[in-house]
Amino acid sequence: MKFLLMVKSVVKNLVRGPVTERYPFVPKKFFKGTRGQVLIEIKKCIFCGLCQRKCPSQAIVVTKDKKNWEIDRLRCVSCAACVDVCPVKCLAMDTKYAPCSDKRYKDAFNA
Amino acid sequence: MSKRTIVPFGPQHPVLPEPIHLDLVLEDEKVVEAIPSIGFVHRGLEKLVEKRDFIDFTYVAERICGICSFIHGLTYCMAVEELMKIEVPERAQYLRTIWSELSRIHSHLLWLGLTADAFGFENLFMQSWRLREYILDIIEETTGGRVIFGSAKIGGVRRDITPEKLDEILKKIRSYQKEMLEIGSYFLEDSTVKHRLQGIGILSKEDAQALGAVGPMLRASGVSMDIRMMGYAAYGKVGFAPVVETAGDSYARCKVRIRELDQSVDIIEKCVQQMKEGPVEIKVTGFPNGEFFARSEQPRGEVIYYAKANGTKFLQRMRVRTPTFANITPLLSVLKGCQLADVPILVLTIDPCISCAER
Repeated sequence: MKFLLMVKSVVKNLVRGPVTERYPFVPKKFFKGTRGQVLIEIKKCIFCGLCQRKCPSQAIVVTKDKKNWEIDRLRCVSCAACVDVCPVKCLAMDTKYAPCSDKRYKDAFNA
Repeated sequence: MSKRTIVPFGPQHPVLPEPIHLDLVLEDEKVVEAIPSIGFVHRGLEKLVEKRDFIDFTYVAERICGICSFIHGLTYCMAVEELMKIEVPERAQYLRTIWSELSRIHSHLLWLGLTADAFGFENLFMQSWRLREYILDIIEETTGGRVIFGSAKIGGVRRDITPEKLDEILKKIRSYQKEMLEIGSYFLEDSTVKHRLQGIGILSKEDAQALGAVGPMLRASGVSMDIRMMGYAAYGKVGFAPVVETAGDSYARCKVRIRELDQSVDIIEKCVQQMKEGPVEIKVTGFPNGEFFARSEQPRGEVIYYAKANGTKFLQRMRVRTPTFANITPLLSVLKGCQLADVPILVLTIDPCISCAER
């Protein structure tokens, strides 16, 4: 039977200070490949609609005749399936997440 | 005979991360029977397979569970790949093994923290989760997601890891291995922890087999059964022996998980050494046809995916048997005869993942 085994780790903790990030004051560092939100370079888009077909959560709506590309940010699950499938590579994944909201909102892009 | 009372336990309870309800029949403080009821978080994901094509469903399969997400996606892919007779490239197999083991490490660290919290050792809870955060960072760096990896794909994996990155990960993981062993020693040697775990909820070897226990629950009762030994992904090439303990109590289950942490690091190390350059995915054409059972070892035990396809892009039927569902029956058996104060610990020792069990 051993007692007070954690003393070493408690002392280490006291010396080292907190491991957690002081988030709102220190901005979060994202990794290069983090999947945040979908970005579009609308000028390059050819409105083929592949991203709409491949989206597993049906968040993207592409209207070819009106040249409109629309995404429901709260439906999007950040899987990057649209980025993989885009033939002209106009879609990209941002490392930052979409801003939070208490209502459903859509981001529409028009060329 | 003393008077019997029924105490409801859950679905909302401080030790339960997810909702499961147990009606505990008590005689004084002793539990004589436990009646479970589940179904609070049923989402109908199995039915969804009829409306999402078989490639899209990988994303749904990953979301069945938040902790073993990668292995769910992987097992689904294995089932469909078998139906379509796809040979997955070797490098993809190794990457799948590495990510599976990373998810095992983070799941076991999560469990250790939750258990420490359940028996009131908050500092140990904090230490385990601090370490888990480093593992999550590695996962985010390599796959892009913290808990939903999104890297399993039919025909391979979606991302590759460069050799330099692999060496860096290995170096990091080796340093965390030391810390894991240190935290493990608090669990295994500290007298307060031993008081709460040793001799509590003993499941005999015969009972474990008869009641269909899986994973660490089964291995802690002395049965050497690990689905990884079947050699799916690259497990057949790395070579390892299942971790087995014989005591069958809560302490043994804890010990199995701590030893598995160590083993997972070794498996990752072997994978990195054996990996060769090559493609990570192959192009998938055509539609699946036939039926198949895919099995794999999750952190919580064996998961079975049944897939039935009819040659169209929608699967006809998909069924998941998750480890928590299999472990509920042995849990009810160990709850019989225990003290009321030990119920939270015993419920946690099966590592319950209710959203998995209900899908």
